[in-house]
Amino acid sequence: MRIAASAGVVSAPMAQLFRPASNTIAKVSLAAVVLLAGSTLAVAYIMDRGHWTTSVQSAPEQPIMFSHKHHVKDDGIDCRYCHTGVETSHFAGLPPTETCMTCHSQIWNNVNITQPIRDSWASGKSIAWTRVHDLPDFVYFNHSIHINKGIGCSTCHGQVDEMPLMYKVNTLNMNWCVNCHRDPAKFIRPKSEVFNIDYQYPANQAELGPKLVKEYHVQSLTDCTTCHR
Amino acid sequence: MHPNGTNGGLISLESLVEKPRKSVNIEELRKKLSEGRGPQFWRTLEEAAESDELKEYVEQEFPGLSGQIPQGVDRRSLLKVMAASLAMAGAAACTKQPKEQIVPYVRQPENLIPGVPLFYATAMTTGGYARGLLVESHLNRPTKVEGNPDHPASLGATTIFEQASVLNVYDPDRSENVLNEGRLSTWGEFTGKFSTEAQELAMRKGEGLAILSGPMTSPTFLDQMSSLATQFPASKWYVFDPTVNPAVASAAKKIAGRNAFISYDLSKADVIVSLEADFMHVGPAALKYARQFARKRAVDNGQTPTRLYAIESAPSVSGSLADHRFPVKSSAVPGLAYQLAKACGVNAPTSGSAPEWVNVVAQDLQKNKGKCVVIPGEWQPESVHLAAYAINTALGNIGQTVSVLEGVEPDNTHSLNELVNDLNSGHVETLVILGQNPVYTAPASMNFQQAMRKARMVVRLGQFFDETSRWSHWHVPEAHYLETWSDARAFDGTITIQQPLIEPIYGGKSAHEVMTILLGKPDQNSHEVVKGYWQQRQQNSPTFDTFWQTALHDGWIANSTVGTIKGNPVALPALEQQGISGLEVVFRPDPTILDGTYSNNGWLQECPKPQSKMTWDNVVAISAKAAGQLKVDKGDMLRVTVNGKSIVGPTWVLPGHAEDSITVYFGYGREGSGRVGNKIGYNAYAIQDASTPYAASGSLQKTGEQYRIANIQETQTMAGREPVREAELADFREHPDFPTRFEKPLPPSESLYKDVKWPYNGYKWGMTIDLNVCIGCHACIIACQAENNIAVVGKDQVARGRHMHWIRVDRYYSGDLDNPEMYNQPIPCMQCENAPCEVVCPVAATVHSNEGLNQMVYNRCVGTRYCSNNCPYKVRRFNFYLYSDWNTESLYGARNPDVTVRSRGVMEKCSYCVQRIQEAKISAEKETRTVRDGEIKTACQQVCPTEAIVFGDLNDKNSKVAKSQQLPRKYGLLDDLNTRPRTQYLGYVRNSNEALRGQRGNREA
Repeated sequence: MRIAASAGVVSAPMAQLFRPASNTIAKVSLAAVVLLAGSTLAVAYIMDRGHWTTSVQSAPEQPIMFSHKHHVKDDGIDCRYCHTGVETSHFAGLPPTETCMTCHSQIWNNVNITQPIRDSWASGKSIAWTRVHDLPDFVYFNHSIHINKGIGCSTCHGQVDEMPLMYKVNTLNMNWCVNCHRDPAKFIRPKSEVFNIDYQYPANQAELGPKLVKEYHVQSLTDCTTCHR
Repeated sequence: MHPNGTNGGLISLESLVEKPRKSVNIEELRKKLSEGRGPQFWRTLEEAAESDELKEYVEQEFPGLSGQIPQGVDRRSLLKVMAASLAMAGAAACTKQPKEQIVPYVRQPENLIPGVPLFYATAMTTGGYARGLLVESHLNRPTKVEGNPDHPASLGATTIFEQASVLNVYDPDRSENVLNEGRLSTWGEFTGKFSTEAQELAMRKGEGLAILSGPMTSPTFLDQMSSLATQFPASKWYVFDPTVNPAVASAAKKIAGRNAFISYDLSKADVIVSLEADFMHVGPAALKYARQFARKRAVDNGQTPTRLYAIESAPSVSGSLADHRFPVKSSAVPGLAYQLAKACGVNAPTSGSAPEWVNVVAQDLQKNKGKCVVIPGEWQPESVHLAAYAINTALGNIGQTVSVLEGVEPDNTHSLNELVNDLNSGHVETLVILGQNPVYTAPASMNFQQAMRKARMVVRLGQFFDETSRWSHWHVPEAHYLETWSDARAFDGTITIQQPLIEPIYGGKSAHEVMTILLGKPDQNSHEVVKGYWQQRQQNSPTFDTFWQTALHDGWIANSTVGTIKGNPVALPALEQQGISGLEVVFRPDPTILDGTYSNNGWLQECPKPQSKMTWDNVVAISAKAAGQLKVDKGDMLRVTVNGKSIVGPTWVLPGHAEDSITVYFGYGREGSGRVGNKIGYNAYAIQDASTPYAASGSLQKTGEQYRIANIQETQTMAGREPVREAELADFREHPDFPTRFEKPLPPSESLYKDVKWPYNGYKWGMTIDLNVCIGCHACIIACQAENNIAVVGKDQVARGRHMHWIRVDRYYSGDLDNPEMYNQPIPCMQCENAPCEVVCPVAATVHSNEGLNQMVYNRCVGTRYCSNNCPYKVRRFNFYLYSDWNTESLYGARNPDVTVRSRGVMEKCSYCVQRIQEAKISAEKETRTVRDGEIKTACQQVCPTEAIVFGDLNDKNSKVAKSQQLPRKYGLLDDLNTRPRTQYLGYVRNSNEALRGQRGNREA
């Protein structure tokens, strides 16, 4: 313990408040605060954009282990066979049990996997699926206008013919939507290719895109009320 | 539905509702206004009196807010709470989206594409007469009612009742079960018991069987009744509806010698005289008259607009547009009608001299022989109807503006009075009440409930377990008109098949189905009954299916109109008395909930009453003079006594109300309604006397108590900025640009913000509202509410200026208190080019669109309310609480799936029905074309009976809206603020009579 003295004045001995180690502790704490704040933000960001929150790449449990891969790729069924509203309605539509029964009353009509279809048909009770592509209720997306203007199914839904169980490949976050709405030329394809699940953008998309945008009278709609009403 | 407002259980609010404010000295105000001091236009007496209290009140954006900050909280804790809320709000936004289910059909119906609404043609009846409708259905849920443009009684428009009827379908308070003496029962059990009863009755040829219903025009029902008359010849059919005056039909019967309907053609009428007729608002043909009146009222094409004289006690919807209004006692109208008849050359038994204005009106009529019309009031006695017909005959109007149509109502019915007599004399053993609620609505003097208890078996078919059902042996839930099959006729005979949009949600049954039990076919449902009747009527024609499909599709049956028949003026009977001396008490159905039918409908409870603009209550409407004498102002309780019975209700000073006359309204003071309609207001039936049902002599007393009335005109003012602009016809001819004539050109923009030039390359949406034809019927308010999922907030919240209507209809008065001029001004969002709201939003939740819309983005809004504070038009509405009912499951069905249901803490406002714009743009784009003019109709425009609202693309020079905005009569509201509103107004043009110039009406009468 030292006694602090100055010219002519002798002050009473006083306990030192901070020990030398305090400096280090203070510096480390400051760094820790910055790091903690940073990592909290980082974690929040990752959580927010990550697959866990956006449900991208995760296939929810469904009442029937329905495989798009089997029906689209192996059987070659067109999207519109089941999603009948896609060209006319905002809602692409889910097939009624009756659509399933067009085939499954004849084939695979006695296996366990298709049992819920037969149950539904017999009881008249709908099959309750879990939504994979689910927009918030304040978002009004219209399938028909996208289909009619040369935006293909796979642009948003990915290669569903490669999905044994259905999952999302895109976040459907607003920035993802706006990405295309700002510049549709990057994502547009000829109308004839809209339902082509294997469509690959050609090398000359930079030329073809703007041409199609003009031809189809595609607008870059970024007004809020385009989707929010 | 929030009957008394909700506070979400957070902070206990001191209720504004019961706290009256300082009253206005009416005498002083009358003097001030008659001397021409005071503001030119005013909406409330406080505004006219320029009271300090009101100024203080309106200066607060939302009054009463500061009082709600909890007392005893220090600054530090408040900041802590705020910081915590902010952090919590952030954290709450990070939740993972919950899993949702998607449920397809098992068998999807044909023609149904999920996501694309279907429209079905049907009809709703009021007073028995049909109004054709097109009802929007989303996955078989009716969500919105529109008028059927091809139907003669609709012409595409509707009243507030059709609009609000869709909410009744989902009303959680509707009765769900058959009840036997209050105990749960079933339809099967009822059918069994009632069939046995029917068999016993049949053995007595129906002796003792009484059917009570409302007026009916349904061909199927009439057919059932004639079968009943065959099987039960001694049975009797009684008809009662408190919203229908039987004198109208009985007078027509006298004129035509048989059942008839007197119809007017206002498209040929240069002069209209209304003898207390609210012809554009009430009655089976009201919407047709409103449309014809509005077209004839057009001034821009150079035609001379029609001139309307209104002789009435309380200012009516039609009367508000009158060029000359003569406030007289309702009971004085017969005498004046006779005077007018005499002056027009009719032999009328009247003595004494007429007021000068009667002669002036008569001269105007004489000058326009064959091009004028006198319309008798729907609540006036037979004598007025006979006098009006005699005048019309004398003026050569028959065949021109007046025609007598064959009646479509049956003529073998009896009145409620007769029923009460038959009950009391023990002649009725079995009483079947179809729909009506007489225990509540019958005049108290009849003592209906006592009489009804004399019947051995009372069967009641009703939507609610209400006053009548509580005293009935059997209660059967009634199906809503959107839930069952029927048919009905319009005033001109046009038949519409009423097709249901949905299965009865609460297992309701129709009148047809109750009748089938009596007729011995208890297994038939209403579809079989109605279709069976038509099959038989079409004689099982092989083309029946085509006929049926066409009728259902079009909403009307071809060639079903009735013909014109000959009428003869009847010698006018001598009047029993020359009006009521002393105070007259006038009884009227409430303007928004009628006889109480709609008392559990939150939309209609919160819909401002025309003229008074108050909500959630019925009032005692009195003249300013009487108020001055009694020293009462609004909210002072008055005791109204008629024949020794009295009720107590709050005063409402109604400028323009006749002196020595007060109006009381039915429909309130109920016990048997539901959570919304019970225990509000007073019951006017309690003092109604069957012998003088619509106007009686009475007395008035101040009780000294006070009551707070929720009125929407006390807030949201644009004080003193000439919102309404009007001119005399002659002045308009000279200066068609009168609204903007004295406007100085705007100074160069002095805004702090950069003057952004929007290119508007595509569409440029705009709206024009014609003040010259707006009658203030409020159909637009309810249509908007239905289309845009607007919440009901309750009386307390309305009193705080927090009603949520996106369009309000301001009513301005001008002139003196005794007979002011009235103007109706619908105010939606102005969609300003230089929107003051946009620049102050800190989170860009309200932004301009490329088509000129001022967009409101709910999911961005954090509820600062800066926008609303900065809006000079006061059209923004804030969700102070969770006003939208997110808990009552049945109400989900009523919502429009194309519009977000807003939550607590967000701002909202008129969007120009952007969901309809987007829908139309998408369908146009799919066909690679632009949106056609008229393809998009906003909800308010579509419902408007007078076509006062025009909407469209301003970039399309040929569009209606672009043309209307080129008219010199156009002006922008608060243009001097340089907000450049997209919604523009057309000034009001008054077609006064030279001879009455400077004198709006009769002040001596």
